[in-house]
Amino acid sequence: MNFNLPDNKYKAIVIGGSAGSFQLVTRILATVSKDFALPIFLCLHRLKHVRNGFVEALCIKSNKPVVEPYDKEPIKRGMVYLAPANYHLCIELGNTIALSSEDLVNNSRPAIDHTFETAAYVYKDKLIGILLSGANKDGALGMKKIKEAGGLTVVQSPEDSLINAMPSAAIAATNIDYVMPIDGIIDFLIELDRSYKMANI
Amino acid sequence: MTPLFTDNGNDIDIADVRKLTDLVKQRYGYDFKDYAMSSFRRRIKRVLELYKLKSVDKLIAILDSNTDFFEEFISEITVNVTEMFRDPTFWKILKEQIIPNILLSHDKISIWHAGCSSGEEVYSMSIVLQEMGILDKARIVATDLDTAIIKKAQSGTYSMKNMDVNRKNYQRYMGVHSLDDYFKEVNGEAVMDKALMQNVSFRRHDLVQGAVFSKFDLVLCRNVMIYFNQTLQNNVLNRLHESLFKYGYLAIGSKESLIWCEIANKFIVVNNEEKIYKKIKD
Repeated sequence: MNFNLPDNKYKAIVIGGSAGSFQLVTRILATVSKDFALPIFLCLHRLKHVRNGFVEALCIKSNKPVVEPYDKEPIKRGMVYLAPANYHLCIELGNTIALSSEDLVNNSRPAIDHTFETAAYVYKDKLIGILLSGANKDGALGMKKIKEAGGLTVVQSPEDSLINAMPSAAIAATNIDYVMPIDGIIDFLIELDRSYKMANI
Repeated sequence: MTPLFTDNGNDIDIADVRKLTDLVKQRYGYDFKDYAMSSFRRRIKRVLELYKLKSVDKLIAILDSNTDFFEEFISEITVNVTEMFRDPTFWKILKEQIIPNILLSHDKISIWHAGCSSGEEVYSMSIVLQEMGILDKARIVATDLDTAIIKKAQSGTYSMKNMDVNRKNYQRYMGVHSLDDYFKEVNGEAVMDKALMQNVSFRRHDLVQGAVFSKFDLVLCRNVMIYFNQTLQNNVLNRLHESLFKYGYLAIGSKESLIWCEIANKFIVVNNEEKIYKKIKD
């Protein structure tokens, strides 16, 4: 598949997932190279009261460090940020991350919609949103916001998803740029990585 | 409950936020200028949806003409989501280490809940002190910006639905009784035991502009400053620092940090996991 990736256009990637997405995220983090340029924000549904273990599990196979950021932590190139338990993760103006303890959204805190919506507001057309397998409609509105701001939207194809409610809701909410199985999403990220390295030569 | 993210398609831009905060400052004296934009925009959007207003200009017009509406606005714009014994391990550390440490050198203990919201944390604290047998040695002040939420905190009445989370947190904290020993169910609501509030005084206080009003051994300000930008966080932290006795303790939320704050060098980290700091310099 050919991807239309303008040189160095994108500044960040947001990835949302819920039930059935953990293995996929592990694969993605094992695929993207150590010097992959863009910051990646992960919002994955998780148990509210279990603070420890998740980020450690993601780190095992990841080529890049994964951290649960503190409130107002400055965003660094090439870092992977995971939304902490019981907090929403938002992108704040001034290149920082803001956390929030506001109400659950779609029964979840962290909520993918909050991460995606605030990222779309800050990064506008320079954002890539990726939505994976999951059991509710969280992320659909966020994907719509990314699309409206001119960003690039990628959704795991429902047939390829363990639980297809989340991808299907996003596809219904807005016109998604790429609907692909996980293998396609991995190819997409490899291509993106390569295009950044080419542009830097 | 109102759906939080029904989308009316209208994004709120910074210029609108500025107009709103200017009006509120000038008309009512409250300063929201340095609130974190990511959450503050969302709160404004929520108010527009709740009152079916089409634009920020409409909201500004109502705030300008109807002063009674302002109290409602304050209640909706501030975040009032909390749990009893949120982060159970934090409460365990308080009980096993921090409070005993304070009592090594003091007969009494003074505590400030800065931004107490609906009071769940205040009741948690009273339960901890009660179970340690030292509730009568405590002087507790609980403050919030929002008068309506203070009334709710004082009434100690919570929906039974919320008590499930509170019970689980209490169990994880490993309280010596059952949380049910501290409330009665009345008309489907949990009414907390008033005896827990014997040494608590609630008062309205604005963290953003309010002056230092007393000194404390322990200040809890957990998940309050996350709604502020860094400039305001620094200002508020200066005030919290001033409100602590030397060697007093400051507790912030588990994912808040003093690392980027100017005042960090006047504190040492006592427990990094639970974000408990000790003031070591005036």
